[in-house]
Order: sequence, then C-alpha cells, then structure tokens
Amino acid sequence: MAKTLEEINQKIKSGKVVVVTAEEMVDIVAEKGAKRAAREIDVVTTGTFGAMCSSGLMMNLGHSRPRIKLGGGQVRLNRVPAYAGLAAADIYLGATALPDEDPRNALFPGEFSYGGGHVIQDLVSGKRVLLEASAYGTNCYPRQDLSTWITLKEINEAYLFNPRNGYQNYNVAVNRSPSTLYTYMGTLQPKIGCANYSSAGQLSPLLNDPHYRTIGIGTRVFLGGGIGYVVWQGTQHSPAAKRSKHGVPLFGAGTLAVIGDLKQMFPKWLRGASFRGYGTTLMLGFGIPIPMLNEDIAATTGLSDKDLKAPVVDYSEAYPQRRPDFIRHVTYAQLKSGHITVEGKKVPTTPLSSYSLAREVAETLKQWIKKKKFQLTSPTAPIPGADSGMAMGPMPYHPPVEKRRARRKPRKTARKRS
Amino acid sequence: MKVAHKVVLHFPPAVVEQPVIYILSRDYNLAFNILKATISQQEEGIIVLELSGEDKDFKRASKYLKKQGIRLQPLLQDIRKNEDKCVHCGLCIAVCPTDALLAERPSMKVNFNADHCVVCGECVPTCPVRAMELHF
Ligand code: SF4
Ligand code: SF4
Repeated sequence: MAKTLEEINQKIKSGKVVVVTAEEMVDIVAEKGAKRAAREIDVVTTGTFGAMCSSGLMMNLGHSRPRIKLGGGQVRLNRVPAYAGLAAADIYLGATALPDEDPRNALFPGEFSYGGGHVIQDLVSGKRVLLEASAYGTNCYPRQDLSTWITLKEINEAYLFNPRNGYQNYNVAVNRSPSTLYTYMGTLQPKIGCANYSSAGQLSPLLNDPHYRTIGIGTRVFLGGGIGYVVWQGTQHSPAAKRSKHGVPLFGAGTLAVIGDLKQMFPKWLRGASFRGYGTTLMLGFGIPIPMLNEDIAATTGLSDKDLKAPVVDYSEAYPQRRPDFIRHVTYAQLKSGHITVEGKKVPTTPLSSYSLAREVAETLKQWIKKKKFQLTSPTAPIPGADSGMAMGPMPYHPPVEKRRARRKPRKTARKRS
Repeated sequence: MKVAHKVVLHFPPAVVEQPVIYILSRDYNLAFNILKATISQQEEGIIVLELSGEDKDFKRASKYLKKQGIRLQPLLQDIRKNEDKCVHCGLCIAVCPTDALLAERPSMKVNFNADHCVVCGECVPTCPVRAMELHF
C-alpha cells in the first residue's frame, strides 16, 4: 500500500510518525522486507558531513553612508576576497577563496591556514569579520574606500548557496607513485600506502534515493544545523553514470545545489578546513529525510554498505590526467572495515568524511521530525534522472589561433624542464 | 662536547633487520635509551630513542644513518588532540606512521592514543580543522 506525503506530514503533526535513520533502516528491511518496512516506517533520515568545496555565502551588507558601489569593485573579508560582480551591496564568498598574501603552494605543501570556509565559520560563530572594500565611485555611489567590522547578526542577508553538495558516490583515492601526494582527498601515501574515501555510504542522502524519486527542486533539507532547500541539480550532475543491479551509481553521479539561511545555522556544522597542499574548503553537515511512499523507495533506503560500491582511482596519474580508468570497485563495508585490497596489497583506509557526524545529522533530523519541527516536502520539479542521459563532460578545448600555430611548429631546441 | 638528543628513526622495510642501534653504540660510542619501537602501517620501522655521546660522534652517526636510508627526525614536544575541534574525519589516520590515530569501530570516532605517538608532527598540518596541536 502506497502512502502519500500528505499522510506522512499528517502523522508528523499528530506525533504518530515513525522515523528511523538510513543506518537503522538497513536492519529493518533485512528483517522485515521492503514491503512491510514501507508500511511500518514513514520517514528515513540520511546525513553526511564532509568537505564540500562548491559551497559559498551570498550576502547583502546593507548600504554605507555615503554609499559605496561594491559591484565592480574589490571586497575582502578578513583579507579573503569575495566576488563583487553583482549589485552595489551584494557579494558572494566562496569556500576556497584565499587571501592574496597566502603563500599557497610556494613552499610545498602549503598550509592554507585561512580562507573562505574559515570566514563563513567565523561569521556563523558570531565573530566580527573585517570588511575592506574599494570602489571606483559614481554620482550615486560616491564612496571609494571602506573598512569596517561586520557580524552575521548585523548584515541584511547571509545565506549559503552551494552550487554542488552531497555527491552521490565518490572515488576512493590511492597513489601508485613513489612519492607522497597532497590532494583534496587528503594526503596519499606512496605506493598505494593508503586508500582515502569520502562518501558516508549507507547514510549518504543521494545513495538512499538513487533515482531521485523523492529528492528534487524544493526539497527541504538539513543544512549546517538549520533548514535549507534543494534549488537545482548540482553542477556536474551526472545521473547517467553506470549503475549497479540495485540501480545505485557505481561512480560519482548525482549532485545537488542547495540554499539555506546562515543566520539559523550552527558552527558545529560548518567548519572552515585546510587541506595540506590543496587549499581551503568548508566542511558541512547535510542531510535529507526520505518519505517512505512505497516499497521501492523503502528497498533502496535499506541498502547497506555491502551493496554500495565505489571505484578506486589512482591520483598520481589517472585523476590528474583525466583518464577514465580505475583500479577496481570496493564496497563501503570493505572501506569501513579499515582495510581494502588493491593490486594484491592490504591497504589501510581513511574516511575523510565524518561518519560519526553524518550519523548525528541523520539523528538530528529524526528528532526534528519526531518533535514536529520539520515537515517533508514534495519536489516542485524533478532533477534529471538516469534516463535523461545527462552526464558531466570535459572542458571544451579550443586554444586561441596563435597557440594552435605554435603547437604545429615545435621549437627546434627543446626547452629543458626544470 | 657531550650531547643528548631525543630522536625518531624511520627505517625503510629493507633495513629493519639490520643491527643499527648496536652499530651506533659500538662504532660511534653513543649511549642509547629506547623509548618506543613500532612498525608502521607502511611497514616502516620506527624507533624513538635518546642518544647521548660526543657531538662529533652524533654528527658522524647521523651521516651513517642517512647512508643506510634511515630518516632521523628530532623528537618534538607533545601532541594533543583538541576534542572540541575534531570532527572525526580521519584524515590524520592516513599520515600517522604509528597506530596513535585510529578509527574506533563501529562508532567511527577517531581516537588518539598518546602512548603510540612518536611526535612526528605529520598530523598537525594534515588535520583540516587543526585539532592536532603541538605543545612545547
Ligand atoms: S584529521 Fe583532525 S578532525 Fe580529522 S579525525 Fe584527525 S584530528 Fe580529528
Ligand atoms: S605526531 Fe601525529 S602523526 Fe605523528 S605519531 Fe603522533 S599522532 Fe601520529
């Protein structure tokens, strides 16, 4: 018997709703079967906590006296540059932005101690942040320089707008080369000395709704400890990726663009992060409740780490050279056991995303729903599914004419590479 | 001039078998006091010890160790994990040469066991939220 979303929301209102986390759902489906689970369970909550580089903060700072036109000018927050190509008082700060003064990888591997993600963490923690701006001055916006402290409370708007969060499945990174690599997948020990994975597996939002049957545009979510919404498919959304017999992608596939008011979020769930040799980012707690509308949906939320697989990719060659090859697939159960076998070698695994905090996200959502604080939504419009054929493509490469000629006629004396 | 240094020796798997410490004492007149010894996840041997003797002998011994492919690292001070900051992401596990940082199962919380720490300092710049702190 299928349930409707309205019925589930009614149950939330009356306090009769049955909510479990995706982790708990695994045993329930194994024990009772998907049909009975769909009948008895109303909502399954998911969660993830990890570095999500495509995250950022949209802000409206209000207008100074005299007015300054930040749009087209330059804006820095605690020395970190924000994007100012919008209207006079609107700016966008990306998680990976770095101060001009940061030495980056000049002394390799760089530390990347402070960047956009850290500014977002400072703001949500209630700390004051130094705003420095310069502008060209106009008749209506005469001011050219500005330097002032701002706080989250005082600015008009501050909402996260993350163009890509919640990747549906992801690579397991290894390093076949003889030297250590410093990547966005963490430090990779040489000669396949470690295997770093990043998905929460059975708790991960999109792995629990692999066909985007309940998650779409308008879906209400847990974002940074507050409430957010899915606003679009994320950038690089690739639903056409190869799938397992359960219909779950075997590679990185779907993604989500999300939005949420920073003013109702909590510092526990938003952490500025520094990846050695790579850069800064934002570690973020994110989760989605899935309504148990029918047996099929219950069945996929019941999939366990044993049923979910990720590809092992070499980050010394295949990844940087954008080659499609991968070494093998492993299950999340194997990854979470602490060791996997790669090319005959027993390799220790490193999670990268926090499974314990992912569990806490799912648990928090569960409590919100039980306490009638959170109602489920049905999507206003779906996001493209597997049958859309939509897949991420490479960067188009059309070098300017001069360069193309230069390539045809190679220099006679080969330049030595230092 | 007499010196005493606390150092960490990293042995590549091939030299783990050699009686290096014995040679340090016999040929370089260095007295040693082993503080910790372990084999890392990458099968590298790690010994933390205090070496004392003449400065020039210590310098000669350093050269000898280098020649053997053994990395000599001065022992820093004290490593602590700031539990308020740690998000249990596990990034530090990949760089810890000993079992000082491990994920507990099934909680998947990352535990720091100071007894196994050789204070190599690797986890400090690796931890994305700077939860691993070096105290002097
Ligand atoms: S890298 Fe840092 S935050 Fe992550 S588990 Fe280790 S100490 Fe905790
Ligand atoms: S300093 Fe950090 S990485 Fe090095 S042994 Fe201690 S815990 Fe492990």
